[in-house]
Amino acid sequence: MKALEKLLDSIRPNFEEGGKLSRFWVVYDSLETFAFTPGHTTKNGVHIRDGIDMKRTMFLVIVALIPALLFGTWNQGHQYYTALGETASFMDKVLLGAGKVLPLVIVSYGVGLGIEFLFAGMRKHSINEGYLVSGMLIPLIMPVDVPLWMLAIAVAFAVVIAKEVFGGTGMNILNVALTARAFLFFAYPKQMSGEIWIHNAGKDTFVDGYTGATALGELANTVGKDVASPEVTSIMSQFSAEGVYSFMNSFLGLIPGSVGETSALAILIGAALLLWTGVASWRVMASFLVGGLVMGGLFNLLGLNGFMTIAPWHQVVMGGFMFGMVFMSTDPVTASRTETGKLIYGFFGGFFSIMIRVFNPAYPEGVMMAILFMNVMAPLIDHYVLAANIKRREKRAQLATA
Amino acid sequence: MSRTIRIRKGADIRLKGRASSEVAQAARSSVYAVQPPHFHGVTPKVTAKPGDRVEAGSPLFYDKYNDQIHYLSPVSGTVKEVVRGAKRRVLAVEVEADATDTFRSFPTVNPQQADRATVLNALLEGGMFPFIEQRPFAVPASPKDTPRSIHISGFSSAPLAPETAVVMAGRMEEFQAGIDALAKLAGPGGVHLGVRSGDATFNGVSGAQVTAFDGPHPAGNVGVQIHAVAPINRGEVVWTVHMEDVANMGRLLLTGNYRPDRIIAAAGSEHPAPQHFAVRLGAQVSTVLAGFTGSADVRVVSGDPLTGQTTDVNGYIGDLHHQVTLLPEGNKPKFLLSTGWLGLGLDKFSLSRAFPTWLLPKSKEFTLDTCNNGEERAFVVSGQYDAVFPFDIYPEHLLKSIMVNDIDAMEKLGIYEVAPEDFALCEYACTSKIATQQVVRDGLDMLQKELG
Repeated sequence: MKALEKLLDSIRPNFEEGGKLSRFWVVYDSLETFAFTPGHTTKNGVHIRDGIDMKRTMFLVIVALIPALLFGTWNQGHQYYTALGETASFMDKVLLGAGKVLPLVIVSYGVGLGIEFLFAGMRKHSINEGYLVSGMLIPLIMPVDVPLWMLAIAVAFAVVIAKEVFGGTGMNILNVALTARAFLFFAYPKQMSGEIWIHNAGKDTFVDGYTGATALGELANTVGKDVASPEVTSIMSQFSAEGVYSFMNSFLGLIPGSVGETSALAILIGAALLLWTGVASWRVMASFLVGGLVMGGLFNLLGLNGFMTIAPWHQVVMGGFMFGMVFMSTDPVTASRTETGKLIYGFFGGFFSIMIRVFNPAYPEGVMMAILFMNVMAPLIDHYVLAANIKRREKRAQLATA
Repeated sequence: MSRTIRIRKGADIRLKGRASSEVAQAARSSVYAVQPPHFHGVTPKVTAKPGDRVEAGSPLFYDKYNDQIHYLSPVSGTVKEVVRGAKRRVLAVEVEADATDTFRSFPTVNPQQADRATVLNALLEGGMFPFIEQRPFAVPASPKDTPRSIHISGFSSAPLAPETAVVMAGRMEEFQAGIDALAKLAGPGGVHLGVRSGDATFNGVSGAQVTAFDGPHPAGNVGVQIHAVAPINRGEVVWTVHMEDVANMGRLLLTGNYRPDRIIAAAGSEHPAPQHFAVRLGAQVSTVLAGFTGSADVRVVSGDPLTGQTTDVNGYIGDLHHQVTLLPEGNKPKFLLSTGWLGLGLDKFSLSRAFPTWLLPKSKEFTLDTCNNGEERAFVVSGQYDAVFPFDIYPEHLLKSIMVNDIDAMEKLGIYEVAPEDFALCEYACTSKIATQQVVRDGLDMLQKELG
């Protein structure tokens, strides 16, 4: 590795102040610090530092996303061939999926990192690692056939408006990846809803029962209709143990949906890594799950429509709930930053996710709305947690003077 | 022993090179120095001139804004030089030591019978007052205040810190006299002593409320103990004294001599023979290094690895330090896959679980270098500080209030209770490599200035 070190050292002068390529300093700097943890030493304050840094933290999140990415790649192929009623080999499915998913990943990273470099260069700060995770999250929450230009616009919007205008990673209020999804949802509602969740839906002829709608899309059709009506019964039968959207299928992820969100199992493998390494907060994840189950349970008690009769444990493995719980709500920047606040934040995140998807069928993806809403609320939650702390301190002072 | 308080939050950083329990008498330093910058915020008015003869206990300088507080020469000899830095700031007053000391004699005081004014005056005249620190602001105390209470920590939990039993061996009589003296100075809150649970060193001490503490670093930080026993409220002033300086106070009152001795833990992975050394205050660092003569790859730290100051083999042990630590410099780039951020990291002790080292047995000790291990970033990861900060205070929000100079928020969030050292573990653990201790120091300085 001496050779690489020498090479970097030899081209370094070109990028330094006054060099020919000095405007590309951030590019050089980010590559160099990527390859070599710099020999910066502690100055004043502590003389020894923990080995952990932002790069390792973010990298672990990306590793945790890999199961969902790989499963999603295969599943997109699997869904397509199943819908066509054709049998296809494992490799065929993976290749078809990869052909759709890889471009999404490339566009997401290309556009996002490009903007990051631009801003870092303009503002003369170093590249923050935050987008490495956002850039992987965004393709995983997209429908497979989303046009690449649309994705590029969404990424640009999210990075600039949700992050850079606030000052970059660590300063943003809204989750960047969810902002990209929300942008598409509201800017291109026609292309982003309905039966788009299987590759080529609406173009190829699918066998009966395959429409390209998600489980949540199907359930939304039951809202406002009599539970006992034949239409609702036929929809609900898909959610029985033998149906397409059975608990097992939903848990394993053998259902249509965004690229990476379908398999609760793959997501939970990632969650295990995040919790094992302590990168994500167990408080947020656990309370998010509890919130979702509680809301699902309450709906069961009400049972006003087909959607409400879905068991809570079935609710939480459908749609983006698991993905949101593990990878979105745990984003430390946009979540509550106090330990008490995290419990409240997570609980209501899960609670509202189920509530929104059932109450407002126009937004089957309640998780996105719920987490974005809780992102906005997180500072408020922290404010009240701090206020309690401040009050405790004031009370103590009063007791001391009394 | 009254009660035991368990400190749950915190962490012991397991470093290689712990000092053995042996105590060696360090060779007498040829030059001793008193270093004003170690007494935070003090503006020294130097009275000693190069060439002056001084006894152990002769004044070298006093505090310009508190002229009762004298800083005395630890040894007898000749004033060598007043070392000045930028803007003529006094960095050190050096005294070339005689082979043996002659002591200036102060009147002896029986601390149990004397009144407050006598005790206070004896400590001011006898040069022991500068070793009293106050909170809020973590600065040297002012003799004009009557502190609500005085707190002494009976152990240090910092990495590689000296052992209480070694430091206090044979000094309990002087320590008791020191406690008696401080009891005269303290207000209604009295004197508090925090001891390590299970440590019998301080059994039999009277005149102080003893609380036992159990748990990881920073359980030995006096600020943590104050917070657990009697938190500081706005408007209150408490004093803190290091246990060794309590004994030195007792010695001054009992014998009439200013003889500030220190047991220094000379430690760290780069130290050839880590052990304790008995030195006089202001000794040269080289006298405790057991033959180590300096190297560009080794950092010499006066103090512990979390709060100490960088010096070199020719420097002097800091006036308020009880430890000298030798650490390897981490100034070489680390390739990502081998020792860098993506490596397995079996040699990296981490408070996060992102390195597999948390699975290793708790007896494993690590060699940590001074590498920053990453670049500075904005706050991203949350909850890291809370895990190592045993105060009912939200550390991150307090830091942010300081960064934006919001005095009102700082006060409300509890800045009066903390000192920079309380944030040392936060700084160690920080993924974003934020200099939390410096932030707190700046905040305290600004607040003190604003409040006058």
